[in-house]
Amino acid sequence: MAIKKKSKAKSGIPTSSMSDIIFMLLIFFMAATSLKTVEGLKVKLPRARSIAKLDTPKQSVLFVFIDRTGNISIQDKLLNVEDVSEVIYPLRRNDNMLTISMRSDQETQMGIVSDVQNELRDASALKVNYSAKPK
Amino acid sequence: MLGKKKRPPAEIPSSSMSDIAFLLLVFFLLVSNVDTDKGLGVVLPPPGDSEIKLNPKNITMVLVNATGDVLFNDEVIPVEQITARARQLEASNPNMVFSVQTDRKTKYQDYIDVVDQLIAANVKKLALIGTQ
Repeated sequence: MAIKKKSKAKSGIPTSSMSDIIFMLLIFFMAATSLKTVEGLKVKLPRARSIAKLDTPKQSVLFVFIDRTGNISIQDKLLNVEDVSEVIYPLRRNDNMLTISMRSDQETQMGIVSDVQNELRDASALKVNYSAKPK
Repeated sequence: MLGKKKRPPAEIPSSSMSDIAFLLLVFFLLVSNVDTDKGLGVVLPPPGDSEIKLNPKNITMVLVNATGDVLFNDEVIPVEQITARARQLEASNPNMVFSVQTDRKTKYQDYIDVVDQLIAANVKKLALIGTQ
């Protein structure tokens, strides 16, 4: 019996629909991803000229928010001044590179900022970066 | 009249679609900037009230009061002049320590202005002694 050879299936990925697929993926990721916004209190950062980029890796940066009424927030928790060093000390012990990014409002009074700084000193978290916007 | 005009094909040309999508992708990649953290880096003094005995000659006191006035070595000067003054002092004495003190009611912005000026002068020894 003569067996007819089956015609080979066409090789090659169809490229005509490729653009549609890529486009769909693009839209999907654009819609699905929400850029992780920095959590914390609403502050209006001070302005400064000689600012530099933070050279510490992101995972070693801890944000400390102080708003204009003197609320303090670390890792999305509102804290009293006295508790700051307790919260930071274990983090500092686990991470030598720990850098505190101080995001404080323009109008914050220095009294509270200074209290927080003393707490940071107690916790040996001495590397501090005053977050600021370019002038 | 002659026959109907031939209609143009009712499809969007899809061959250039991927190019367009790619261009859009590149455009948004370039335009969107991820919020980077910028600021003034300082190092706080170590804990404890370790009174380090310093030669008074090596200390420059920078006091900032509640209204933002600056007292630089017992002399009231405008904030903008701090950089120039600090440069001079730093050049004449490399061991100079600049000690910044504020009132409890000083605004954070005024304090940052002063620290900004000192950092602009490449001050190496900056002591941030909190409030009085």
